[in-house]
Amino acid sequence: MFDKILIANRGEIACRVIDTCRRLGVATVAVFSDADRGARHVDMADEAVHIGGPQPADSYLRGDVIIEAAKARGAQAIHPGYGFLSENPGFVEAVEAAGLTFIGPSAKAIRAMGLKDAAKKLMEEAGVPVVPGYHGTDQSDDLLAGEADRIGYPVLIKAVAGGGGKGMRLVERKADFADALASARSEAKTAFGNPDVLIEKFVTSPRHIEVQVFGDGTEAVHLYERDCSLQRRHQKVIEEAPAPGMTQEMRAAMGEAAVRAAEAIGYSGAGTVEFIVDGSDGLRPDGFWFMEMNTRLQVEHPVTEEVTGIDLVEWQLRVAAGEGLLMGQSEIPLKGHAFEARLYAEDVPAGFLPATGRLAHLAFPQGCRAETGVRTGDEISPYYDPMIAKIVTRGATRDIALGLMRKALRETQVAGTVTNLGFLSALCVHSGFAAGNVDTGLIDRDLATLADTPDPAPADIALAALAGAGLLGAPAPATGFTLWTPLRRRILVEWDGDVLEPVIELAGPDRAHVSLGDRVVTATRAADGWRLDGRRAPEVAVTGDRVTVFSGAGFGFRVPDPLAILSPDAAGGDVVEAPMPGLVRAVFVAPGDAVEAGQKLAIMEAMKMEHTLTAPRDGVVAEVLADEGAQVEAGAALIALEEEA
Amino acid sequence: MKLQSQVMTGSEGFQANRAAHLEMLDVVAQAAEAAAAGGGEKARERHLSRGKMLPRDRVAGLLDPGSPFLEIGATAAHGLYDGAAPAAGVIAGVGQVNGQEVMVVANDATVKGGTYYPMSVKKHLRAQEIAMECNLPCIYLVDSGGANLPNQDEVFPDRDHFGRIFYNQANMSAKGIPQIAVVMGSCTAGGAYVPAMSDVTIIVRDQGTIFLAGPPLVKAATGEVVSAEDLGGGDVHTRLSGVADYLAEDDAHALALARRAVESLNRSRPGTVQWQTPEEPAYDPEEILGVVPGDLRTPYDIREVIARVVDGSRFDEFKPRFGETLVTGFAHLKGCPVGIIANNGVLFSEAAQKGAHFVELCSQRRIPLIFLQNITGFMVGRKYENEGIARHGAKMVTAVATTSVPKVTMLVGGSFGAGNYGMAGRAYQPRFLWTWPNSRISVMGGEQAAGVLATVKRDAIERSGESWSAEDEAEFKRPTIEMFERQSHPLYASARLWDDGIVDPRKTRDVLYLSLRAALNAPIEETRFGVFRM
Repeated sequence: MFDKILIANRGEIACRVIDTCRRLGVATVAVFSDADRGARHVDMADEAVHIGGPQPADSYLRGDVIIEAAKARGAQAIHPGYGFLSENPGFVEAVEAAGLTFIGPSAKAIRAMGLKDAAKKLMEEAGVPVVPGYHGTDQSDDLLAGEADRIGYPVLIKAVAGGGGKGMRLVERKADFADALASARSEAKTAFGNPDVLIEKFVTSPRHIEVQVFGDGTEAVHLYERDCSLQRRHQKVIEEAPAPGMTQEMRAAMGEAAVRAAEAIGYSGAGTVEFIVDGSDGLRPDGFWFMEMNTRLQVEHPVTEEVTGIDLVEWQLRVAAGEGLLMGQSEIPLKGHAFEARLYAEDVPAGFLPATGRLAHLAFPQGCRAETGVRTGDEISPYYDPMIAKIVTRGATRDIALGLMRKALRETQVAGTVTNLGFLSALCVHSGFAAGNVDTGLIDRDLATLADTPDPAPADIALAALAGAGLLGAPAPATGFTLWTPLRRRILVEWDGDVLEPVIELAGPDRAHVSLGDRVVTATRAADGWRLDGRRAPEVAVTGDRVTVFSGAGFGFRVPDPLAILSPDAAGGDVVEAPMPGLVRAVFVAPGDAVEAGQKLAIMEAMKMEHTLTAPRDGVVAEVLADEGAQVEAGAALIALEEEA
Repeated sequence: MKLQSQVMTGSEGFQANRAAHLEMLDVVAQAAEAAAAGGGEKARERHLSRGKMLPRDRVAGLLDPGSPFLEIGATAAHGLYDGAAPAAGVIAGVGQVNGQEVMVVANDATVKGGTYYPMSVKKHLRAQEIAMECNLPCIYLVDSGGANLPNQDEVFPDRDHFGRIFYNQANMSAKGIPQIAVVMGSCTAGGAYVPAMSDVTIIVRDQGTIFLAGPPLVKAATGEVVSAEDLGGGDVHTRLSGVADYLAEDDAHALALARRAVESLNRSRPGTVQWQTPEEPAYDPEEILGVVPGDLRTPYDIREVIARVVDGSRFDEFKPRFGETLVTGFAHLKGCPVGIIANNGVLFSEAAQKGAHFVELCSQRRIPLIFLQNITGFMVGRKYENEGIARHGAKMVTAVATTSVPKVTMLVGGSFGAGNYGMAGRAYQPRFLWTWPNSRISVMGGEQAAGVLATVKRDAIERSGESWSAEDEAEFKRPTIEMFERQSHPLYASARLWDDGIVDPRKTRDVLYLSLRAALNAPIEETRFGVFRM
């Protein structure tokens, strides 16, 4: 085993690798960019080396600098994590040339799988099923019809030059083939000037099922499958193991195929063989086809670890250290069911846009495995993947594991950025998913409901108001005191752009009534925290003017500065007047010009000084009332804007 | 040192006392509720329809959320002016803005347009007096038509009438006590000087107006026709006249601006007393209602009250074996060191001497004084006059009158005769004077007063050789007794601002704490006593 390794990565995967290294007594060297000073992986590692600027190209992709750091610190091996340099054969060669061990497959194996078309051909030769199709140049009708028969219906006719669905036809039955071919060709010709088509097997209800493999360079074993069908725009959202509906027969078939694939390229270390599976009629051993092989540890590897009890990073290290395969195929256990949900800083309603922010508060509940590279106070920066954590749960059955996932998501607390927590929670109660009826189209079909953000309940708003008013903590002496008649204090609370005005009426330090229109929420302080209408209040995090109430997926409120909200839209007047008597030096606008607030309109000269007159608001110039060179009195109207609609 | 209560909280007497107090509290609570409602439903609706906030909501919006508000004169003018001026049309009290204690004075325009009745003036001046003595910045939420014309003779001309408001503003400003005005409605005639005399003034656009004479008077005087807004609106005063400094869009904006104005006052508390970590009393303050008899004539041990007010119920009693009818001693109240002087019966010469001694001690040590007043007076009779009780009483009165330490007085029972003086009655200018619903205040008891009058009358009748039946005498005494009964009631007293307000006895600890905290915004000066008659 190595004494010391360098981890050429950041975030949760770097932390994950360090965890195992610690357990194995292997010293660790972290690397970090300017943006990751003081990051969790840097704190966790025994040593850390700064490798450059925040852009990945300036740091985490600088193989030379990283190898230099490994040598300087006496590391014997480099673990690449995933992403960055993990599937870069040039880097592998450089590592090996430097006399270090690359914890992963050979450069040759990576190259073999790197070119997708070549890889498919290679797999076909190795007896791994690939999606059947015809990509030939012979475009005769009979030949194409024959190929379609060979592939098996339903098939997809696609324009070779195609895109955007033009020249594409789905053919369900042989009888329809000729007509569909003709119309696809004519459409392709019109759209692309090329009538040539290709034919592919159409997978009606596609699922993404992948097999974890482990090789020692010659032989390989598999650690069963993971189902990653819940995807959005090819991004995995929730993964699980085993795949729902998996049969012994199918598992064996897929596992053998995956092992064949790995052995075909002399694979060493952890890898994943991805298959597309036809889920339209249950899982059948003849209904899966090779897509690609990922020659690294996958993001979703924890679900496999949970159901096999095997630490994949430990295996990676031990295989890389020359121990060979640690178990024979029949020895590898499979027990229970596991889920992984990827928690991201992203704005779901805005179309899953990546978000950034400082994590004012971050907490994961007991009873789940949370793989994370950030802590409370850390920044989700724009330079890297905005993943906050992977939340992993395990149970004896799929139902139990999913129930635990629902609970874990409910109790996960993130403040300081928007997250997809609500989306993940919605997905976990989706009836199709709960029943195991997954396919890669599920999320897109039900996106509207899944991405719908619920509005906060009155109790949530009330709690945000109390938090924003600073009334939840230990009370100051005589808090809420009035002699006879209580005061009613209005608090501004902003939710999703709307300003709400809950009114707080205190009856002493431990009791408050919060009114939202006619609805009154009564808050009482008990020994173990606040109650809202008798029910335990969710946790709250306050940072600056942000208040996050952790109920449901969490609601991010703002308690705005009333002066910022209430300020008039600047002066907002219609007429720009001369501030003092003087000479109009220059006028920059003419009637009909559109101007923006703050735009320079004219210059006046008075008292030996030039004064710039600017537009008080956005608008259109209605009239210019003074010419250049005119001497004007204080208060004289110079430029009039059109009245606001 | 920890007081041991002798009261059985489950006893019948306890329950009866409690019931009696709750009944008295209910009467006050109703009066307070009516006062807080201002000028009635219709006036409130009209006020709201103009986009204005109700005056109590303005106060709430100004103060830090959840912070304590020590209101003064909550039932001022109760029963006066045929009930036309609830709370005297002014809300006043000590509140907290950005952690800084301030005196807030807010006109209630739903009460006769916020015009000043005699009690409105008195309340406004009392608020300013507290601000002056306690060194509290003043924030005036102005919405007033000025003097109440039908009452002009009792509002305008005298020393402590309307003009004194501006005199106070100028003199407070001179002492470095900030004066901030928020003009949220009319400021007409004399009222115009509230914002004009302030250090900083905020005015609400299309709502606040400031002018010496309103449009009708201008028209009558010069024939000029002008709108209120053009004559003295927010735009005019912040842009042209400079009478106001900040233009607010609405009430809420104006209050936010006022809060910001307080942020830049750059004030800090003077070092005064050594605060300790506060501690709750060992006995529940709620029990005060049960330990204090409902009937004033029933004696009880005042230590039962002290035990339910001070930290840990700990009381370092001073001279416990001498002059026992006056209880004196040191304690802490929510962390603040205090000297307590409390009555446990009629004052004798020894008690008066002990009181003077204790005031001297507290003055020397600069410890604030709390008076728990329940006093029928000094002892009368030949023995006492001959031993010079007037001389000993005078010592106590001198000490109380001339000490510089802050005094806070709570009437917890009777306040009769010269006892009122020795126990820091209103004339002795305690920083605050509060009263319980069961208290009574008058020069002497009604029975005694009627008795004195009857004796004089009987002497005159008998001198002229006639006789006076017992029935006739009782009939003669009845109106006096009734008058005293009516006039000594705390609602009658509070209506006239003889005190700062009626307090639920269970809130005594909070009220005393807030009073002390407010008072300690001012440094404690060196005391210089007058000549003690030895």
